[in-house]
Amino acid sequence: MLSVKEYQTVASISGPLMLVEMVDEAKYGHIVDIELPDGSLRHGQILQVEKDKVLLQVFEGTRGIDVDNSTVRFLARPLELAVSPDILGRVFSGLGEPKDDGPPIIPEKRLDINGSPINPDARDYPNEFIQTGISTIDGLNPLVRGQKLPVFSGSGLPHDNITAQLARQATVLGKGEEFAVVFTAMGITFEAAQFFINDLQETGAIERAVMFLNLANDPAIERIATPRFALTAAEYLAFELDMHVLVILNDMTNYCEALREISAARKEVPGRRGYPGYLYTNLASVYERAGRIKGKKGSITLVPVLTMPEDDKTHPVPDLTGYITEGQIILSRPLHRKAISPPVDVLPSLSRLKDKGIGEGKTREDHADLYNQLYAAYARGKEAQELATIMGEAALSEEDKKYMEFANKFEDRYVSQDYYENRTVEQTLDLGWELLSMFENVELKRIDIKLIEKYMPRFRKQKKSN
Amino acid sequence: MSNKKQPRIIKVAGPVVVAEGMAGARMYDVVRVGNLALIGEIVELNADLASIQVYEETTGIGPGEPVVNTEAPLSVELGPGLIESIYDGIQRPLDLLVKKEGEFMSRGSVLPGLSRKKKWHFKPTIKNGQLVEPGDIIGEVPETTLVTQKIMIPPAVSGTIQKIAEGDYTVEQTIAVCVSEDGTETELKLMQKCPVRSPRQVIKRLAPNSALLTGQRVIDAFFPIAKGGTACVPGPFGTGKTVVQHQLAKWVDADIVVYVGCGERGNEMTDVLIEFPELKEPRSGEPLMKRSVLIANTSNMPVAAREASVYTGITIAEYFRDMGYIVALMADSTSRWAEAMREISTRLEEMPAEEGYPAYLAARIAAFYERAGRVKCFGKPEREGTLSIIGAVSPPGGDLSDSVVQATLHVVKVFWSLIGRLAYQRHFPAIDWLTSYSFYKEHLKYCFEDKEQGLEMEQMTVQAMSLLEQEAELLEIVRLVGAEALSPRDRLTLETARSIREDFLHQNAFHKVDTHTSITKQYEMLKTILHFEKAALAAIDAGVETAEIFKLAIREDIARAKYIPEEEINKITEIRQKIDEQMKQLKIADRV
Repeated sequence: MLSVKEYQTVASISGPLMLVEMVDEAKYGHIVDIELPDGSLRHGQILQVEKDKVLLQVFEGTRGIDVDNSTVRFLARPLELAVSPDILGRVFSGLGEPKDDGPPIIPEKRLDINGSPINPDARDYPNEFIQTGISTIDGLNPLVRGQKLPVFSGSGLPHDNITAQLARQATVLGKGEEFAVVFTAMGITFEAAQFFINDLQETGAIERAVMFLNLANDPAIERIATPRFALTAAEYLAFELDMHVLVILNDMTNYCEALREISAARKEVPGRRGYPGYLYTNLASVYERAGRIKGKKGSITLVPVLTMPEDDKTHPVPDLTGYITEGQIILSRPLHRKAISPPVDVLPSLSRLKDKGIGEGKTREDHADLYNQLYAAYARGKEAQELATIMGEAALSEEDKKYMEFANKFEDRYVSQDYYENRTVEQTLDLGWELLSMFENVELKRIDIKLIEKYMPRFRKQKKSN
Repeated sequence: MSNKKQPRIIKVAGPVVVAEGMAGARMYDVVRVGNLALIGEIVELNADLASIQVYEETTGIGPGEPVVNTEAPLSVELGPGLIESIYDGIQRPLDLLVKKEGEFMSRGSVLPGLSRKKKWHFKPTIKNGQLVEPGDIIGEVPETTLVTQKIMIPPAVSGTIQKIAEGDYTVEQTIAVCVSEDGTETELKLMQKCPVRSPRQVIKRLAPNSALLTGQRVIDAFFPIAKGGTACVPGPFGTGKTVVQHQLAKWVDADIVVYVGCGERGNEMTDVLIEFPELKEPRSGEPLMKRSVLIANTSNMPVAAREASVYTGITIAEYFRDMGYIVALMADSTSRWAEAMREISTRLEEMPAEEGYPAYLAARIAAFYERAGRVKCFGKPEREGTLSIIGAVSPPGGDLSDSVVQATLHVVKVFWSLIGRLAYQRHFPAIDWLTSYSFYKEHLKYCFEDKEQGLEMEQMTVQAMSLLEQEAELLEIVRLVGAEALSPRDRLTLETARSIREDFLHQNAFHKVDTHTSITKQYEMLKTILHFEKAALAAIDAGVETAEIFKLAIREDIARAKYIPEEEINKITEIRQKIDEQMKQLKIADRV
């Protein structure tokens, strides 16, 4: 067992980094406490060791630390989170320390926040449909347990409302199992965090929630550790206490910026837009902790939120996120301007795991064909909409006009819904049929003719009687 | 040597560790690092300092800990037991690791790639006293219902065979002895070890001469890949690279499939693991797993092992090629492999080229794809094997000027360009017909038993492609002056192109029937669509309104032809008759 050792041999400090010399037995990735002359404590982690020289990142920043009088204590352990069933209902800081008025956590055990990768062979495939009550998600981009589905948003778009609605409404059909919400704030404002907390309080879900809050005025470097604390708590709840955990990470863009700051301070060769070349791997080590494991009851479903700078989907943060996560829900500013809420940009949004979670016995047999048709028709309608803005509606062919009408109706009725409206999946599917009833059977190429014969007549009659 | 310094760690920076006292070590030797004995590989030597890329997470490792040199390069074990296995990037069996260590990956664990306990039935194909050379097949082991493994003489062994006998052996037991001219005896086993970073030797390489069918219409008909060919699938996220790769792994007309999940999603590997034992191979009706080897190094697993995973995969693939099999390797995604190279390179403080990638990126990519090909294998009996490589590329932001895409395009012969616009319309596979290409088109015609049919198919694909190109031009005109300005013939071109896109190119991977289409059915489908065009042209010339033609009920049958099962393929021929009948009626109605 390694013992705790103290050093006063700080050689240099630059940005969030600190170099300590003449250190014995330092280990990569372990943590340190830094005691300032006034007795206050900072926390740090070892980034590199070379012989007796140790490079540290200081989570709270290096302001006020001096070279001569600071004491560095090597704790000979990685960053750990103390867990016990009592963490439910509690609020923690971005470094996993209780932040509310509650008693300290008496740890059942301490877990390394870096976790270990799940063996791919031990994973169970996510295939349980989660009903969120939001049509654009349930009908077109179904979420399943164990999936990681990010919300790509932009400044000024209502991603907070959507994540709150998700946390409030998400249920698995026909099952009353234990669930929990882990809410992780990284550099978001007090207001945004409070909005979410109030929402949980109103519905009573706060009892089943664990919060890790690193707000906008908290140290930026701390954000690198925050999602790992949250996911460690989630793994404990899911795989040891058999709960279904929904983890919300808000906002991953701030996390990546903190990572960039460290990388720049280390003078590493930057990749695109100054982000480090290992951003993909680093993000994967966060996102891939979602999932299900064979033989375990619980699951981790992950909803990271990120704001795209200038709504640019090719920015490294959304781009690399999209390559790791199983789809994405993209919010659209034009829809938001048209007062359509939630402004989900249907066409580029995607849920990769949808096909395993829907269909007969899960949602309904017509689900897959129906969303394929809705997508195709809406895509065509969108093209017509664009054409109309260039050349005027008069220049459209009859067919194009019809598709444009469909696209408008689709946005008004299917996409648009209240943040407190909880639609069942049947309601969402029926709405799809109703909207498609304006087309002839021949035009519905993506739907099996048997399904059209079974489901459509109801809606055609309705239309006639109107 | 008592005065020799003990190898010890002096520096740890992420996945790269520097050790001193490494005099005498060779580049790319495997070493065990630290008290946990993590597996690593030497990537740089400087006097007695060695930089080591470590295949496992290095947290908790520090200076002063020991390093042990195994004095052997990174190798894989080749022999019975490969098929149906799932390995990590350095050939550790993941299923056995779960049993041994639990659901989460632990560090420093070692498990052999091939089971030491399982006995295989070996049947010699040669007799005692026969002379053998490297590559000669000396016997067979039925490994699965689909694969018979041929046991070959390892490289650098030759002489007279003795003590060869049929029986049940483990991979480590001696199946025969080879006595060389100078009298040295080599014990032959079912298993051989082979370093992964250099290609396995062949007598000579040959040009590919036939198409590798995949059951995917846009690929087989328009952009086919050859047996022994190379292809790349670049595209932004969400365009279906992985689905294309999975579809190929499922339906490709190969004897052996090696699937390398390199730095991708864990849940996708699970999908493969769950589906492959259930899905049936179309020709034999046996589970797909019986011909597959899976390598899974997901994005959150150590980055250095990701770098090694493609080499592990291709060495296994080459081994089966050397038996004379048709082998296909899918690597998803080579961008993650390149990123792993970049990460190691950065930690080694090498001078970067474009986007931080090392200067040797293009050379490594080219060398990897060059391991594909149709070859004449070493040894008797004379045989040919083929190895095709299909690599996915994930360019940042879908930007094809990315270094990895460019380096890949320099070497591959087939390019399937996935684009976002098609994916948003849910047109899958989202392969763009205007920018994709294949240099193997001429091999397609040989896939037909009937030579005439092959030539006809070739000619039909040319015609269909030209219609699609005309469509792109016509759509420009429509955008400028509106659809009203088009002549009836042009309108028909637009409709036919739409039909080709929606009724032929669009293919639903998740539909029971549509997921795989035989080349004969593809021929029938395309022929029907073009037949409609021809008949419609005649009708237009006879003065029939285009709107009338487009309203014909038969068009729905054409649209649904893709869902007609292979056994009822004659129903597609019937559609063509119905087209003629309905067109005839139109003309009559028109005259009245």
